[in-house]
Formats: sequence, structure tokens, C-alpha cells
Amino acid sequence: MPVEYIPRTRELYRDFAPYRWAVNADTPPWMPLSKPIARCKVALMSSGGILYRDQPRFHHEDDSFRIIPKAATQAELDVWHFGYPTKDAKADHNCVFPLARMRELEAEGVIGELADPAYSFMGGIYSARKVRDELAPKIIGELRRAHVDAFYLVPA
Amino acid sequence: MTSALDITQAVNPPRAVFLNFPLGHQTGKPHQPELQRRIVREAMQAFETITQPGTIIQLPHVWDPNDRTWEETDYTDGFLPERPPKEDADRVEAERRARFVG
Repeated sequence: MPVEYIPRTRELYRDFAPYRWAVNADTPPWMPLSKPIARCKVALMSSGGILYRDQPRFHHEDDSFRIIPKAATQAELDVWHFGYPTKDAKADHNCVFPLARMRELEAEGVIGELADPAYSFMGGIYSARKVRDELAPKIIGELRRAHVDAFYLVPA
Repeated sequence: MTSALDITQAVNPPRAVFLNFPLGHQTGKPHQPELQRRIVREAMQAFETITQPGTIIQLPHVWDPNDRTWEETDYTDGFLPERPPKEDADRVEAERRARFVG
């Protein structure tokens, strides 16, 4: 049975004001894929708090994002996040930021192209408004400028 | 991609792929590239197979067929490692950044 994380979060953070989850009851907006995924340019983003080389770590309530070159290697990546145990993601970023796997799928022709760069932010942002009104529009601007066809978002 | 089905059902994104793994492993276990590649490939295929907005595809992979205790403990008291003191975090940060200077 899938874990119910909403009640668990309420319990784990019982000393704080209850978090107001994003709840969208309406049918989500729909953008059909314009061509087969094998011809699409796909961008990768993880909320797992990935850092590249000397990029500064995140802080609490941080709604900034990091730009990660597509060719980044395991040795060049680190993880900073307070909201999940990062041991495995530090040992192998592909647990939450499957950059190496996406490069392989590009080489195999499963996707048309992996967009350069990839992106990461630290998902422990307590304000859904900040994400919706500040972080998301910046990312959408990046993706539009890069002429991305599909966006693969991996949480942590 | 998601490992928290109830949160994703509430957010209701246009397309989602659910993997029932502990948080921090949304695209697989560490150092298991075959498993990771299968999961990510299935996510890429979902861009084509999902045609109804709000669909969540559930992947069949099982974290450990002989041990499901993680489902009882994930994201409960004691799940999060203790945060290091700020001075320790600053030192680790400075060491990391120094490795890549110049």
C-alpha cells in the first residue's frame, strides 16, 4: 500500500502550524506532446537539492535554483536538503537526479535530446505561493528560451 | 515523477509516474543503473502513453519483496538525520567549494 505522506507530514511536524498542501480539484491543463518523445528535447529538473562544483548550498525557505551542466559527473555533484535522508543521493545522484540515465536514453534514441543545462532546487520551501509565483515562472522562462518540448520533474 | 501518491493526487499534475520507493529514491536505488534506466525509460514513455490529463501511472517495481517495513517508518519520527551544527555545515561547504576553485 502506498504510504500516506500527508498525515505523516502532519504528525512529523506537529509542533508547527499545519502545512497547507496544494490541492487542485479542477482538470489539469493539458498540452499534447507535439511529436514522438524520440524527437523531443527533454529538460530534467530535480527538487532534491543538487549542487554543481562550487555552487553555494541552499538555505531554509530558499526558492532559488541551480543550473547543472548536462555533462556534469558524479564527482562534480553534491546534495544539500534537510527534508529527506540524502545519503544515497549523495552516493549516486541518479537516485533523485537521473542525469547519467537521461544521457544514456538520449544516446539510445529513446528521447530526441537532453536539454543543456538541467536544473535543481531544494524542495523544502514552505510557501506554495513562492513556488507558484516566483520559482515556477523563472523556470518556465528558462524552458521557453531553450525551446524545450517536454519537462521531467523529479522530486525527492 | 513521484513517490508520494497522496500528495500528487492532491496537486493533480497533467501527467505523473508513481514509484513506490522510500523518499529520496524517486528514480531508483543507488548504484543500480539498470533499474534506474528502466524507471526513467518508463517515465519517458509515459509522455506518449498518458492521454488523459491527471493520469498517474503506477510502476510495478518493488523496493524489497521480502521486507516492506520501510512503509511503516518512512517519514516518521527519527526518519530525518539530525541536522549538523551550522559550523560543521559551513566547514563541509567550504571544503567542497575549495575543491573546485581555479
